[in-house]
Amino acid sequence: MLTTFPQLLLKHAAERPTAPALREKEYGIWQTHSWADLVRLVEQVAAGLHLAGLQRHEHMVVIGANRPRLYATMLAAQSLGAIPVPLYQDAVGAECVFPLNNAEVRFCLVEDQEQVDKLLEIREQCPQISNIYFDDPRGLRNYEEQGLASLDSLIEAGKAHVAKNPQWFQSEVAKAQPDDVAAMFFTSGTTGNPKGVVHTHSTLLDRASAGAEFDKLTSSEEVLAYLPPAWIGQNIFSYAQWLACGYVVNCPESASTVTIDLKEVGPTYYFAPPRIFEGLLTSVMIRMEDAGTIKRAMFHACMSVAKRVGPALMDGEPVGTLDRIKYALGNLLVYGPLRNNLGFSRVRVAYTAGEAIGPDLFTFYRSIGINLKQLYGSTETAVFVCLQPDNQARADTVGVPIRGVEIKVADNGEILVKSAGLLKEYYKNPKATAEVLTADGWYHTSDAGFLDAHGHLKIIDRVKDVGRIKGGANDGAMFAPKYVENKLKFFPHIKEVVALGDGREKVCVMVNIDFDAVGNWAERRNLPYAGYTDLAQKPEVYELIRECIEKVNADLATDTMLAGSQVSRFLVLHKELDADDGELTRTNKVRRGFIAEKYAVLVDALYAGRTEQYIETQVKFEDGRTGSVSATLKLSDTKTFAPVKAAA
Amino acid sequence: MKPALYPPEQQHPTMTKKKIGDVILDVKNISLRFGGVKALTDISFNVKEHEIRAIIGPNGAGKSSMLNCINGVYTPQDGSITFRGKTFSHMNSRQVAEMGVARTFQNLALFKGMSVIDNIMTGRNLKIKSNLLMQALRIGPAEREEIRHREYVEHIIDFLEIQAFRKTPVGQLPYGLQKRVDLGRALAMEPQVLLLDEPMAGMNVEEKQDMCRFILDVNDEFGTTIVLIEHDMGVVMDISDRVVVLDYGKKIGDGSPDEVRNNEDVISAYLGTSH
Repeated sequence: MLTTFPQLLLKHAAERPTAPALREKEYGIWQTHSWADLVRLVEQVAAGLHLAGLQRHEHMVVIGANRPRLYATMLAAQSLGAIPVPLYQDAVGAECVFPLNNAEVRFCLVEDQEQVDKLLEIREQCPQISNIYFDDPRGLRNYEEQGLASLDSLIEAGKAHVAKNPQWFQSEVAKAQPDDVAAMFFTSGTTGNPKGVVHTHSTLLDRASAGAEFDKLTSSEEVLAYLPPAWIGQNIFSYAQWLACGYVVNCPESASTVTIDLKEVGPTYYFAPPRIFEGLLTSVMIRMEDAGTIKRAMFHACMSVAKRVGPALMDGEPVGTLDRIKYALGNLLVYGPLRNNLGFSRVRVAYTAGEAIGPDLFTFYRSIGINLKQLYGSTETAVFVCLQPDNQARADTVGVPIRGVEIKVADNGEILVKSAGLLKEYYKNPKATAEVLTADGWYHTSDAGFLDAHGHLKIIDRVKDVGRIKGGANDGAMFAPKYVENKLKFFPHIKEVVALGDGREKVCVMVNIDFDAVGNWAERRNLPYAGYTDLAQKPEVYELIRECIEKVNADLATDTMLAGSQVSRFLVLHKELDADDGELTRTNKVRRGFIAEKYAVLVDALYAGRTEQYIETQVKFEDGRTGSVSATLKLSDTKTFAPVKAAA
Repeated sequence: MKPALYPPEQQHPTMTKKKIGDVILDVKNISLRFGGVKALTDISFNVKEHEIRAIIGPNGAGKSSMLNCINGVYTPQDGSITFRGKTFSHMNSRQVAEMGVARTFQNLALFKGMSVIDNIMTGRNLKIKSNLLMQALRIGPAEREEIRHREYVEHIIDFLEIQAFRKTPVGQLPYGLQKRVDLGRALAMEPQVLLLDEPMAGMNVEEKQDMCRFILDVNDEFGTTIVLIEHDMGVVMDISDRVVVLDYGKKIGDGSPDEVRNNEDVISAYLGTSH
């Protein structure tokens, strides 16, 4: 299928002019824009941009939430052969400077006053910005900045041009080729400057349609677009696949109404990172705790049936008649109403990706009849690399390679991908491009993993973090710290974990307890404690954590590749790891190296086999003052298991 | 595409910088007594069109009484109030409302069991033409009228960013949001002058910031004249154009925030002086 986004727009408008393309809730009512309306709008915006001087192959920045007129502007820019560059709406001004200058952006469309202010604030650093258009004029009445104008005025200007040249738009659209650059996405980049990932019409559309084919998506799907459009996940789901399939994209009224809008729209195709699913589950659980005794008892009884029977039903495995009847009853009383309340009544396919999802969380949604699956992909691969087939969703894998994808595991464990959806390049960064995209056409994901016995891809860690055990019983075994840490973090009592073991004879972990969860646990057991440090060192808490670790060890023992990563010793830290102390990144990821250095005394004690260690730590308070926390920590051994060959 | 929030004659599309107009409300020599208690003594000040005018003063200074006189709740014994060139010695509150003066209350006077929409709808009361029977039966014109008013209310909900609570009973909302609903109900009257009685009392810093923004936006977008009573000096000095200071029912200062801040009488009323 060789085509471009604007051509797809024209195709839908020609075939189904009155069918809904976009809906937006405004003033309490869902307002529908048909494909024909949308073409008209795109044509006018394109004409306006053309008159304003937007050139072919020029970049145009779009900043804002999912709004129909922002989508229309991206299409308008593509119609002119220009390249829309969506940026995150919650990024601060300084973060936008690099992308704006890197892509030499002159034209910007932003959503509202907040975004206008942001651009005006950095205008001196980006002197090439000549035109800033805004969608929502609220609060902008008194702005008299050079080059600042409303999108309405741009559309007005465009209308006149369109009236005089009715054929102009069609001929502009026809000029674009599938291999032209369609969009650029800046990746966050934890170190150094962000990189602009360049995608063409064909890379994005190839992956969009491969994904659609895999899940048999049709033009009757409903999608709620609520994540930032600058993130390729949202862009693929509500832009590339939207145009590839011609379904309806719904834009929520505001960020705070998403749960209400979700219920009203009832999407059939849904996508969210694990934390959203986790938030929804927590809100359900809290409300159930407040419910009356009968309701609560009914909920828990039905959920235990669901947990036992639901996943099997979902995977199409045989289930006894009695269990089927019980499940049907539960569906009538609990699961159905619950799905409805969450807005998932009509969900046919739901995906989660981005980070590891806890098995309990994953199973919960599948057990109440929501077809939640995982996928694997990145900005560079236009998302779709691996997807889980409907009946084979598992919490610890990310699915099978879909049409058009070749996967190879390099000698160092790195996953290499080849598909028609790979990035064209990093913009103006041939060095970085050469690092990830080798001449033989393989994209280096920098993720370590392997294909399991069923052909499912399993991701274990970032390649650079994967280490080897040295000496001892497991000499040479693979050690994947993040894999171990994630497995432990799925337990509600554990908040953070730092796993150590690269180049050492065994794996040791330092654990942060979740103060709320463990505090609650202690209260229910009449276990008195004075505070975090005290609670963390209770023998009962050590016992609790040991049980968690031993469960993980038992699980790891069945894993042929990672059996050597079992945890031999652990300690519970006396203070919470904190970004203010440099122990976590601002996005709450543990900085393993820094922690190992800071707590070197503890690390030595763990490996020296000591049972107690005194430590004094500097802490930074929120107001910038510093203090110190001291404690004598216990160190404890855990049971490890002999590797078990997994059945089958 | 979007219907305008205010009818065209009230919009100020050409207003590029905030333009303070002529005197819209002129209060002259107002005195108010409750038996032997003198609440207000010989107060005079004026309010200009499109400005934000603050009334400040210590507790019991007579601020709310002043607002109640303008609002027609109290009838002052002496003095006159001139609104848009018409002079009144006393007014009743309905008349005042019909002339385009709306207010919010210090102690929220919302209908706690009703939804946000219904509460704001009550602000449209004076604009509704169809009678009770027609409304009860939802006969043609009444229904059309309701839809029109509902649309207007939706614009206010959008403006105040309370879409997520549209159908929530007001009593369940946190205090800061209830204050916003109160403001919304006043806005539903399409007022020319908005009287705000301690719009930020009891709010946390973030809620105060939000409220300040809404007040400035109302003033800016719709050109609504605002008279507000407030205790938070930071807020008053930041957002108001001119300030009146009352103490023990007497006016002790009047002028721009800077002038008031340096006024000896005001300093002594607030901080006390050594005698």
